Amino acid sequence: MSDNIVEIDNLSFGYKNRLLHKGINMVFPRGKVVAIMGGSGSGKTTLLRLIGGQLKPVSGQVKVAGKVVHEQDRSGLQALRRKMGMLFQQGALFTDLSVYENVAFPMREHTDLPESMIRDLVMMKLNAVGLRGARNLKATELSGGMARRVALARAVALDPSIIMYDEPFAGLDPISMAVICNLIRNLNDALGATSIIVTHDVQEVFSIADYVYFVANGVVAAEGSPEDLRKSELPFVHQFVHGEVDGPVPFHYAAPDYRQDILRSRNV
Amino acid sequence: MFSALAGMFGGIGHRIIDRLWRFGSGLRFFAYILIYSGESFRRLHLTIREIYFTGVLSLIIMLVSAFFVGMVLALQGYNTLQRYGSSEAIGVLVALSLVRELGPVVTALLFAGRAGTAITAEIGLMKATEQLSAMEMMAVSPIARVVAPRFWAGVLSMPLLAALFSMVGVLGGYMVAVPLIGVDSGAFWSQMQASVDFKEDILNGIIKSVVFGVACTLIALFEGFDAPPTAEGVSRATTRTVVNSSLAVLGLDFVMTSFMIVA
Repeated sequence: MSDNIVEIDNLSFGYKNRLLHKGINMVFPRGKVVAIMGGSGSGKTTLLRLIGGQLKPVSGQVKVAGKVVHEQDRSGLQALRRKMGMLFQQGALFTDLSVYENVAFPMREHTDLPESMIRDLVMMKLNAVGLRGARNLKATELSGGMARRVALARAVALDPSIIMYDEPFAGLDPISMAVICNLIRNLNDALGATSIIVTHDVQEVFSIADYVYFVANGVVAAEGSPEDLRKSELPFVHQFVHGEVDGPVPFHYAAPDYRQDILRSRNV
Repeated sequence: MFSALAGMFGGIGHRIIDRLWRFGSGLRFFAYILIYSGESFRRLHLTIREIYFTGVLSLIIMLVSAFFVGMVLALQGYNTLQRYGSSEAIGVLVALSLVRELGPVVTALLFAGRAGTAITAEIGLMKATEQLSAMEMMAVSPIARVVAPRFWAGVLSMPLLAALFSMVGVLGGYMVAVPLIGVDSGAFWSQMQASVDFKEDILNGIIKSVVFGVACTLIALFEGFDAPPTAEGVSRATTRTVVNSSLAVLGLDFVMTSFMIVA
């Protein structure tokens, strides 16, 4: 059995004529917390969708537990997905269900457990994220941070081997951010799972990640442990880690000369 | 000149190809629903829940509309029939109009406006908020869990709603014809009983309402599932549901009526 539960091998993916990823290679060892970082629009979330088999690569492959994801038939893909849990950016809770029902959902779909056991498991999961007392609330009655925590409880409901997090810290207050941060690390260690975190929150993810990939211009621009990357002199990594305005990553989307643009709009 | 013409024909061709593409996608979507229907039948509570939302909650608007339609039919019918001294046949006119045409057609149009738009908006929003993606990632098919139960709920609800529509419409016609205008009650019911044929009229009406149920629910589900995951995308999809369902119902009604009359 390979030490890596997920392997991305020379992966290219794009929409129409634009390639978003150009030959990406990554490995995600079992039991580790691995972060994928990069600017907005660099294709980080797309990588999670490729790992989950929701998208097919143009070339290259993603292997999960030794199986090529895009070559799986429906039942093979379903079997692989049962090994995964995913936390979506906005939680993606089912709005017609309560907090309890949301967490119980994957258990009811994939197991024949009696209701009493499902109840115990749901309570355990909700207790782990500190929301046992909110079990009767509707998903629409939760704050952003609470919704994220419920979604996390649902993502780990079946004790998956791989947990994927899509921007888990976006839009959270500092307390919720610290809570989610600790939860990710603790759940990963308690379940013996592998966590893949897509984010651009440097400080939070550096405090819990074992390994970090930086994606830019469709390739892995840098990789290493958080300590290595903090010390990195690569201009892109330095700019990103230290949040500098000047550097190789432009703030502006490609545009013609500003002065000429303004003058043209005034017909001068 | 040539390039303008080429551009125009290119645009028309592009739109035709786009429509054909969507039609093909719709048929493939229908096939998926049928394939995944077994799972939704195994968990019947999902379908029953949707019957409540699409059928039971549509009852009030259907029944009130039916009552008014029946009353208007009786008034208009009496106005015409009395010129020929056949005002006693008003019951037949009301019943045949409702059972053969207005029952299935108006029910389908109201269904598209009330339940169809709700289905499209709900599924479109589930897509926009990544609920369908979350389901997929949990190895749960959104077609089996979300779409198929709603489809069968719509297909089962429509003939029942149409039957109730016709029944309440006849009652509305009776209320105007008998107590208000003074047509003989016995003549109203006996002529209706003598003239309305089960196979020719009622069965054909049921067939129509089942076909309309398939068309309206399929369009509503497809538009929601295919909607771009944005506020504008969901809004446009909801509009398309009403427009396409209405056109489909009226077109299918003509085709089916032609076949039924010839047969």
